[in-house]
Amino acid sequence: MSDRRVVVTGTGLISALGTGTEKNWQAMLAGKSGIARVSRFDPLKIDARIAGEVKDFEPEKFIDRREVRRMDLYAQYALAAAEMAVKESGIPIGPDQPHGYAPEKVGVIVGSGIGGISSLEEQHRKGLEKGFDRLSPFFIIQMIVNMAPGLISMRYNCKGPNWAPVSACATSAHAIGEAWKSIKLGETDAAIAGGAEAAITPLGLGGFSVMKALSTRNDDPSGASRPFDKDRDGFVMGEGAGMLVLEELEHAKKRGAKILAELVGYGANSDAYHVTQPAPEGEGAARCMRLALNSAKMNPEEVGYINAHGTSTPFNDANETKAIKAVFGDHARKLAVSSTKSMTGHMLGAAGGAEGVVSALVLTHNVLPPTINQQTPDPDCDLDYVPNTAREAKVDAVMSNSFGFGGTNAVLLFKRFQA
Amino acid sequence: MSTSAIETKVKNIIADQLGVGEDEIKPESSFIEDLGADSLDIVELVMAMEEEFEVEIPDEEAENIKTVGDAINYINTHKK
Repeated sequence: MSDRRVVVTGTGLISALGTGTEKNWQAMLAGKSGIARVSRFDPLKIDARIAGEVKDFEPEKFIDRREVRRMDLYAQYALAAAEMAVKESGIPIGPDQPHGYAPEKVGVIVGSGIGGISSLEEQHRKGLEKGFDRLSPFFIIQMIVNMAPGLISMRYNCKGPNWAPVSACATSAHAIGEAWKSIKLGETDAAIAGGAEAAITPLGLGGFSVMKALSTRNDDPSGASRPFDKDRDGFVMGEGAGMLVLEELEHAKKRGAKILAELVGYGANSDAYHVTQPAPEGEGAARCMRLALNSAKMNPEEVGYINAHGTSTPFNDANETKAIKAVFGDHARKLAVSSTKSMTGHMLGAAGGAEGVVSALVLTHNVLPPTINQQTPDPDCDLDYVPNTAREAKVDAVMSNSFGFGGTNAVLLFKRFQA
Repeated sequence: MSTSAIETKVKNIIADQLGVGEDEIKPESSFIEDLGADSLDIVELVMAMEEEFEVEIPDEEAENIKTVGDAINYINTHKK
């Protein structure tokens, strides 16, 4: 691929730990859990009754009240996180601004694993009660997954490629990776990329719960998401959004952007194995990590920290550990691995975006967020997971793993920016 | 229901759905040009008024409702 380099200049993050990148970062460094009993509806008959709900989000702070009514919650999260990222980056879009990017060369690639499921539930209920000729005319635009990038493009006048990947829990890692590729190829010069999710609804929670994918540690919500711990019993649903502003390096320098990190590599592939279970020995995940390293022309030894997929399911964490060992060999024992899902819960389609933000923060702050709830070591998970407490460490490259149902994998590689 | 009661209710619905102040809503206000509605807003407004006043507003009639006054008049004439 071309010599064009891609840098991160803005971040936006909304999760159960709070609204705003800084708020999330402080909570992560303090090892806080955002998990609690589900409050938005009564989950009584569902086995899993806990989740990482966003509690402090005020959409009107980011979006006109009238527009809020027309948007599903997932799109509100997306737009709000995009606003944070654009604001932080100060990216100029349009010829009227000094060193402004051509609108046609700014892409928006923002996905969601599930999209507007609360709108879907509400309108289905309304249809059954009042008739399917009485649905809201906003229903379809609330539900469809590409409305988030559409709305973002309208707000910032981004006239380049505009689309939404949908790849379950790898969604927003794919979004960021594809945006990176688009800038590398010269198709675009900048992008807003990431993902959003708001699927903590009766159908969403009930659906994952009947798959036995979720933790049922209902009496200990903050201890429920415990990736790599021996007593883990499933993931905990989270929600929110994670967004990055990406720019081509030369343009970013010319406009005087503050560069947070460089995005240097991306791998995407498939297990071609099973609808939910990862391939044995983490074969697909390992292959994907190697693809990312190859795309960056990087040696495994350069990676100092991995933000793991680390969902807290028995399968994922053992397989991911095997995959890391297969790729990194002896170096697997030297690098640090942590799962911020231990604190945010699993944000599904927003996870890769959120963890992309965390990756950039690790490189700018020189601190590794912990994996909380590490109490009982699992012999199958025997790496350094930064247990329970954040750790100061200067690493030069960060890998971020995302794997999704359907056997899909996406891996991003970030590097400390060096001119 | 009196004309002024209808007017008040119509204005309430519009203010709520379009997010505009009631003082901005005048009988001569055009939904699209003055109140910033788009075609989807109009569908929603028509449905809300149908439910509120128990009238049926066929599509071909709805097309002629362009101002707040048009809506009030239609409801006045067709309410049960």
